[in-house]
Amino acid sequence: MLVLLGFYLSWRATRLDRLHHRVETARAALDAALLRRAAAVLDLAADPGLDPGTARNLAEAANGARRAGEGERELAESELSRILRASLDPSEAGPSGDRLDEVAVAARGVHLARVFHNDAVSDTRRARRSRVVRLLGLAGTAALPEYFEMDDRPPAR
Amino acid sequence: MIRARTGTRRPEQAPARTGLRVGIVCPYAWDVPGGVQQHVGDLAEALGAMGHEVSVLAPLGDASYDPPPYLVPAGRPVPVPYNGSVARLSFGPRAAARVRRWITEGEFDVLHIHEPAAPSVSLLACWAADGPVVATFHTSNPRSRAMSATSTALRSALEKINARVAVSEAARRTLVEHLGGDAVLIPNGVSVRRFARAEPLPGWPGEGGSIGFLGRLDEPRKGLSTLLEAFTRMAPHRPGLRLLVAGPGRADLSGVPDDLRERVVVLGRLDAADKVRAYHSADVFCAPNLGGESFGIVLTEAMAAGAAVVASDIPAFSAVLDGGGAGDLFRVGDPDHLAERAGALLDSPELRAHLSVAARKAVRAYDWATVAADIAHVYETVLMGDGRQDRVVGVRPDAGRRSATRSRRGERP
Repeated sequence: MLVLLGFYLSWRATRLDRLHHRVETARAALDAALLRRAAAVLDLAADPGLDPGTARNLAEAANGARRAGEGERELAESELSRILRASLDPSEAGPSGDRLDEVAVAARGVHLARVFHNDAVSDTRRARRSRVVRLLGLAGTAALPEYFEMDDRPPAR
Repeated sequence: MIRARTGTRRPEQAPARTGLRVGIVCPYAWDVPGGVQQHVGDLAEALGAMGHEVSVLAPLGDASYDPPPYLVPAGRPVPVPYNGSVARLSFGPRAAARVRRWITEGEFDVLHIHEPAAPSVSLLACWAADGPVVATFHTSNPRSRAMSATSTALRSALEKINARVAVSEAARRTLVEHLGGDAVLIPNGVSVRRFARAEPLPGWPGEGGSIGFLGRLDEPRKGLSTLLEAFTRMAPHRPGLRLLVAGPGRADLSGVPDDLRERVVVLGRLDAADKVRAYHSADVFCAPNLGGESFGIVLTEAMAAGAAVVASDIPAFSAVLDGGGAGDLFRVGDPDHLAERAGALLDSPELRAHLSVAARKAVRAYDWATVAADIAHVYETVLMGDGRQDRVVGVRPDAGRRSATRSRRGERP
């Protein structure tokens, strides 16, 4: 009986461990996707086809997103999404296709990574609400994962 | 529509990783036609064309069936009542052993499981795998019993999935309601190449003008009655005008006056090749749906064939047709407006040619090549966090706690 209980608890702990790992990898992927977007926007801002005002706004927003501290990242990244949408009017002829394509793909990547991350956070938080997990402290010292909330709507094409 | 590209122009933190080894699991018998099987087959081919190495694991019942080169049979399926119909699935210790062996020998970078909650090789693969897992949810049944099972066994399998994909907004809603969490939306693709060129059916489109319709004939939502009414109004002024109607079910022609009946040609159900020819057989193609279409697959197929389209202005169709730029729109359920728009198209070959070109261009966003690139983007996103680029960990058979700990150590030396 005790052996069975031991197996069960070990299995629960493994599942929880796996969930925390899933959140970690999803977070790493999200950070990489955000970096890729910022780099793509900076690349676009350097395009000679863009008017100087728009280029400056884009570069400022991208740098702001890259330098934002832990507490301000969600706001700074949302601001970058907003500026991107406002700057890239598909009706206007503008910068070259390749740079624009890379920004669009990178923006899509941010959305994908953020959905996967928040999905992992939601599964983990639900698992940690369970009574067995809380009573026996199966989660150990791992911090409760936080959602990453931001506006990730991509610019229109 | 955003076009995802792989393997070109990457910033340093995400070097290109083309040529992934992808293991795809399909829960339903491969030799029985169905939406999921079609989806998996098209996806496998599109990924292969992009340079990825794909292996598909699926049950296969008919031993004489000649499978495509990427298919690995998972054993004989048994008919099981599932999700309101009878599905042919593989489950049990023998199937589980096959799944495990396929995962071990495949050495995949990523596993892509379709309908992971289906009690077949899909669920078995969820249990057996450890590593990057992507899952696509197709079911959009709000009362799906399989999905509402919140048993620990099912949950322990589904919580291993790193990335969830839903094929429609309805499928996404079903998933969120039953399982919580979230999923990204990546719609079904249409194989543009398959529809692009074909000979018209014999005797079509004819001299006096013709209008085409494809879809279930006895389902009111497909809107055939609106088209028949519009035809009844147009036909007396256009002596040569004919209507081509194709699809399963019985058509109700009682609203059409007797003297016009013979100009309504009902072809019934068509095989795949004739269906493609039907799209090329009419001067104007009509999609008069009254609503409820989450995504107009018939519409995108017609566009792939370069048809001049006139469709009802429901939101889904308006979006696919670029608000009218890639096909004409009429007020949903209004036969007078349909007769007016269809008449204008029949009278102007220039306008038809213009819409045909625009439709072929607009449908590219829904081509499998585009959709598969978006799916590959999902794979890359999952791997970006997992392998840390320099060393790919990939999919291994799940060996419980030991395997889990070992993989952690492996990834962060």
